[in-house]
Amino acid sequence: MLVDLQGPWNPIFGRLGLLLEVHYNNPIIFFAFMMVVIGGTAALSWVTFTGRWGWLWREWLTTVDHKKLGIMYILVGLVMMLRGFVDALMMRTQQAMAVGPDSPGVLGAAHGYLPPYHFDQVFTAHGMIMILLAATPILVGFMNLIMPIQIGARDMAYPYLNALGLWLTVAAASLVMIALFVGDFSHAGWVGLTPLTELPYSPGVGVDYYLWSIQIGSIGTTIGAVNLIATIIKMRAPGMTWGRLPIFTWTTLASNIIALTSFPVLGVALALLTLDRYIGTHFFTADLGGNLMMYTNLFWIWGHPEVYFVVIPAFGFLSEIIPTFSEKPLFGYVTMVLASMAIAGVSWTVWLHHFFTMGASPGVNSYFSIATMLVGIPTGVKVFNWAFTMWRGKLRFPTPMLWAIGSLFLLITGGMTGMMLAVPAINYLVHNSVFVIAHFHNMFLLIVYAAFGATVYWWPKVFGFKLDEYWGKVFFWLFTAGTLFVFVPMYTLGFMGMTRRLDYIPHTSWEPLLLLEVIGTGFYLLSILAFVIQLGVSIYNREKNRVVASDAWGTSRSVEWMTHTPPPFYNFAVTPVIHARDEWAWRREHGLTNLMPEKFLDIHMPKNTAVPLIISFFTLVCGFALVWRIWWLAAATFAAIIIAMIIRSFDKDTDYIIPAAEVERMEKEIVARAEGRIPAGEPAPVGGGAGGAYASKRTPTQRRDND
Amino acid sequence: MSSHDNAPVDPNTVELWDYEDHGHDFIGTRTLGFWLYMMSDAMIFAALFAAHGVYVRNFAGSFTSQEVVHPMNAIWPTVFILSSVMTYGLGMVALKKGNKSGVVNALILSFLLGVGFLLMEWREFSELAAMGAIPQMSGFLSDFWTIVIAHAAHVLFGLIWMAVMIVQVAVNGFDQNNVYRLLNLKIFWHFQAVIWVSIFTFVYLFGAI
Repeated sequence: MLVDLQGPWNPIFGRLGLLLEVHYNNPIIFFAFMMVVIGGTAALSWVTFTGRWGWLWREWLTTVDHKKLGIMYILVGLVMMLRGFVDALMMRTQQAMAVGPDSPGVLGAAHGYLPPYHFDQVFTAHGMIMILLAATPILVGFMNLIMPIQIGARDMAYPYLNALGLWLTVAAASLVMIALFVGDFSHAGWVGLTPLTELPYSPGVGVDYYLWSIQIGSIGTTIGAVNLIATIIKMRAPGMTWGRLPIFTWTTLASNIIALTSFPVLGVALALLTLDRYIGTHFFTADLGGNLMMYTNLFWIWGHPEVYFVVIPAFGFLSEIIPTFSEKPLFGYVTMVLASMAIAGVSWTVWLHHFFTMGASPGVNSYFSIATMLVGIPTGVKVFNWAFTMWRGKLRFPTPMLWAIGSLFLLITGGMTGMMLAVPAINYLVHNSVFVIAHFHNMFLLIVYAAFGATVYWWPKVFGFKLDEYWGKVFFWLFTAGTLFVFVPMYTLGFMGMTRRLDYIPHTSWEPLLLLEVIGTGFYLLSILAFVIQLGVSIYNREKNRVVASDAWGTSRSVEWMTHTPPPFYNFAVTPVIHARDEWAWRREHGLTNLMPEKFLDIHMPKNTAVPLIISFFTLVCGFALVWRIWWLAAATFAAIIIAMIIRSFDKDTDYIIPAAEVERMEKEIVARAEGRIPAGEPAPVGGGAGGAYASKRTPTQRRDND
Repeated sequence: MSSHDNAPVDPNTVELWDYEDHGHDFIGTRTLGFWLYMMSDAMIFAALFAAHGVYVRNFAGSFTSQEVVHPMNAIWPTVFILSSVMTYGLGMVALKKGNKSGVVNALILSFLLGVGFLLMEWREFSELAAMGAIPQMSGFLSDFWTIVIAHAAHVLFGLIWMAVMIVQVAVNGFDQNNVYRLLNLKIFWHFQAVIWVSIFTFVYLFGAI
């Protein structure tokens, strides 16, 4: 319908007839499918047999608590990261197997075990998932989790929208996972190269899955950006002036300004491509007035700011971790703020360096080359600031600090190769070579390092116990071995002329380096195992590693360490007054660490709601229907989304008040628990604080009756 | 900040917690969020207008913009949509005075004018389709249809919102929720009018020469 489609279409099932052609007997698809079925069944039966459905619904699925939403964002990101890692594993092994004309082929591949079309889907999924569904949710999760506490707020400015943002991200991730088994995924690279993504060249549903999942996810991210910016502007505690804002909050602001302004452009680029594929317009076609480089321009006008959207929060993590373990205030606070904002600003002026080879005039290329090099200045300022923070500090090296320092090394190497790539003359030589791949993985790994550092750093605040240091260090060193073994050979291969996205390697001389990369992925695999063991051991020993003090590290500096560990659902019994840039350090120095206020006030909190979950479910079905061109279902679910929003607008019962006496009772119970006057094994406290990691017995929905 | 850092602090007088619950400025917070959303929506049109600059002469041997774009025909929809904004503005004056029927009447008038705008656009594009100037013909026509319909979609969404607000105000009066929604819809309605003025200028007027 609308355009001529290859293959079957009927009004009720759309293009689902294409499914008959999918090779479910392929062991890779079958294995992945079994893994998901077994994993899903195990999770669902655990929830059922332990009678946790009610708990899951009340505490997680319908929650509007920014901390829980943040945790779920990070969980989604970690799951998708694992999926992306499996894709990476497949790429590394395929390339190592398919070297030279004599290499054997199995499972229908001429060389290796992945036929080109399947290999292409694997690298497309890897790129798209790692950036949009792993890095982005993990970072947005940390912003959600930490930033509101850091500014002394009780919740985000729009708790309901916050939940909507999360569930839309989940819908996007689900759509990508559905693509694994129901149909296929895009094979045109994560950038969606035109005109390859046009219908005549990609007649299947793969590109449609790619388009709709990104579209849904980017709506979620834009909503999140609005929320985070408004929260920083409107919800700060008294005394929290702009000059006292913690650096992580500043970086959250900078990166969400980027998200707010750049994701809509991605939306337009993808929407125009969608129009090309669905109604046959000529935006990016090679004929009839289309302009395929227009897509590339629009995509990278989003794509480059997106790179800084993910790197700036990582800089924020480093700026929180390094001062804590250097026992010094951050060096150069003002320059750090200016540098973050400068990076955010410059991010808008450099997109063309992704395709110097387009053939723009030397003037254009020079402009973008110089603009790209400018990024090095604020980034350099940051590196020096961190170095000077450590200078003459009282350094300690627990795992968060190891990750932070690893991240700094990666930033320097990645930054240097970035400067090389900013020179058009060099760029022409290494364009689309694996040198570029090594460079941007280098940069993304610095984010991963910072994020793992942040995980260990804030874990005790969020869950009330520290992660195991021994396994944490094993994880760090194995991961670092993986990084070195995969990406040093990859830089080398790039200089040797190996281009990206090869399913077959013609040069046998590249084989040793490719094998080294496989060894590296082996280290990564072991490191993931170490991470899982670290989590397991830490959860098993949680009573031993219990943190009761509000400040888990003893030398933390910002406001999130000024509430109970873990924070109660209302964050602060009474909103703190801020006196200094590093408020908690200031209070510690002046002996003002008592968390108990003199009196309590009523607290105004948002109620749980299932509407975001429902809207996102309809969005997922709508996305699925659009992928398969089942028009009636798409129209019905779209109407359902609008109707759900209208019905929600008539709901006036969205908030409730916790009376001051109740707050006092919960606070006293939390303190009693922290002082060991209540045995640790007791059920979770009413405040949802210590012991149960948010699993409060009394939830907002239950309090509906008596408020 | 830094002046505090080394100053002596008396633990007995320092104010650590804010006991005067200021609450927060509910309507201001909601409106700020909507302004931020408008920023992202503005970026959507920025990208579409940038695309328009690229496709504006890509006729591919099909209809030229002079054959398709008629600014004189677009005058009437312009009058309708700007009048709709004006009547909405009158509604906001009524809101300030707390005049419920004034707001409802202004919204109904504004709604009808908006519907009139959409009907006239419908007629314009039906005529284009009848003469064969459909978006599948060329890059220029794809762009022309998309940018105008993207604006029309905003009008349609605004009209649905307005219809809901008419019911909301009639049922619930001027509670906090309705006031901030009316203010946000005002921002949105002005925004789409600004977009229409840009479309009229850059697409219709420039397209005719």
